[in-house]
Amino acid sequence: MRHSRIGSWLAIAIGTIYFLVPLLCTFEFSLRMRRGEYSFDAYRIVLSDPQFQATFLYSTALALATILVGVLLVVPTAYWIQLRLRRLRPVVEFITLLPLVIPAIVLVFGYLRIYNSSSLLPFTASEAATNLLLTFGYVTLALPYMYRAVDTGLRSIDVRTLTEAAESLGAHWPTILLKVILPNVRVAVLSGAFLTFAIVIGEFTMASLLDRPAFGPYLQLMGANRAYEPSALAIIAFLVTWASMGLMQLLGRRPGDGR
Amino acid sequence: MMSATDLAVGQPPSRRTRLDGRSLAWLGVAPFFLFALLFLILPTGFLVVGGFQDAQGHFTLANIGKLFQPSIRSAYWISIEVSAASAVGGAAIGFFIAYAGVIGGLPRWIRPTLITFCGVASNFAGLPLAFAFLATLGRTGLVTALLIRYFDFNIYSTGFNLLSFWGLAITYLYFQIPLMVLILAPALDGLKREWREASAILGASGLQYWRYVALPVLWPSLLGTTLLLFANAFGAIATAYGLTGSSLNIITIELYAQIRGDVLHDQNLGYALALGMIVITGFSNAAYIWLRGRSERWLR
Repeated sequence: MRHSRIGSWLAIAIGTIYFLVPLLCTFEFSLRMRRGEYSFDAYRIVLSDPQFQATFLYSTALALATILVGVLLVVPTAYWIQLRLRRLRPVVEFITLLPLVIPAIVLVFGYLRIYNSSSLLPFTASEAATNLLLTFGYVTLALPYMYRAVDTGLRSIDVRTLTEAAESLGAHWPTILLKVILPNVRVAVLSGAFLTFAIVIGEFTMASLLDRPAFGPYLQLMGANRAYEPSALAIIAFLVTWASMGLMQLLGRRPGDGR
Repeated sequence: MMSATDLAVGQPPSRRTRLDGRSLAWLGVAPFFLFALLFLILPTGFLVVGGFQDAQGHFTLANIGKLFQPSIRSAYWISIEVSAASAVGGAAIGFFIAYAGVIGGLPRWIRPTLITFCGVASNFAGLPLAFAFLATLGRTGLVTALLIRYFDFNIYSTGFNLLSFWGLAITYLYFQIPLMVLILAPALDGLKREWREASAILGASGLQYWRYVALPVLWPSLLGTTLLLFANAFGAIATAYGLTGSSLNIITIELYAQIRGDVLHDQNLGYALALGMIVITGFSNAAYIWLRGRSERWLR
């Protein structure tokens, strides 16, 4: 036993080194902008760059829209499958797995071809419509994670009894979904939401090919043209990812903390 | 307008009949299926059909044949190699780390810390990951510089290049290993303590336990997750694009250039390019789902 424990420590240690070294190097590199001394110049330049602010805000708004549309799409569907159409479950699960099979670049290629400005649904004809298309694209990318999270949440509560209880008190289905089901799967929905946020905030392929001013294309532009700023941006992106996932874990650990 | 009125009129008067209506039960999932049709099925279907058509819309297999021309074949091949190397490497290393964290007899706090960190690292991909590795192992990267300074060892003189096959594979490991740990940890929980004790009582060594008990139970999850990692790397583009620009010709970068500017001068060949990607990721995912079904038999 003693022998295997040393092996375990070794595996964890090597893993830790592999994962921490690039972060430390990136951080060190991001401080090197001023010759001969460490400074936060790269961060100051990035954070005060109007383009950074605009693209980050744009992607944040898009992430929130994606979460909203995703929740509105997934929660009623998963609820209804659980309550009434159990035999459809394999079909729906299969569809929600498809975005893992079909790469994002293939999906957006398809969007560009069937939603061009001369088609029946000209999503790419105006900026507002393209924003909408990008949101739907992100909902698609987040679908596997969102559905899994919500479905797990719904399985852990007694959907049928809750629904019947609400019905016997005279509630209609919008009330049931909004005031009974949603609060009960709040933790699951939020964990799906944070994961969605982490996916959307730096997404490059779809935003770039749909030509939207998102954070991902901005990162690419900086990477191609600057030396130190990309490192600062990588650290910022890491912190954002860390915050999303950290909040997700925190929520998962403490179910039912008021509100 | 008309259909909206129809719907309102056609709505059953009481809640009870509405909930009992067979056809109306389907209405609850209609938005989901409509969404899936519009943003998953139709766009993909368009490309799949387009891959089998010529410019005039007639059926042809010529595009599929053209996928085997040297430049395209090599792009597919590099993608497959990088994905396979990072999947196998990620699976092997991820297995040891997951094993260490879950059943390695380490203090209790290790596991939740490991899982949280893996959740973050598996999502730290795309361009920021490329920037991080450029700062680490790029020509002016810190590790490159430190190796030269203290060990007089220039990794670039060994033929290593971050903007190449190995560089890309090592970089991909950064999200592949954590993904393996995240998926494998629950599977390792399924290895029952009694099995180990039973085999020990029967006189089996640790090696025999792994050879005849643990690995036969685990191999579908191990192989299945490796396939998932493969598909995960195969569809990735941002990391490679950030690292190499367009100097390393993997298939996603080729397709990206095609979508941007029709560099192949053949729209339908572009569709076939996408079709080829779907076929490859589809195969590995189908095998994953099949293997997962097998592994769930034991790991309950």
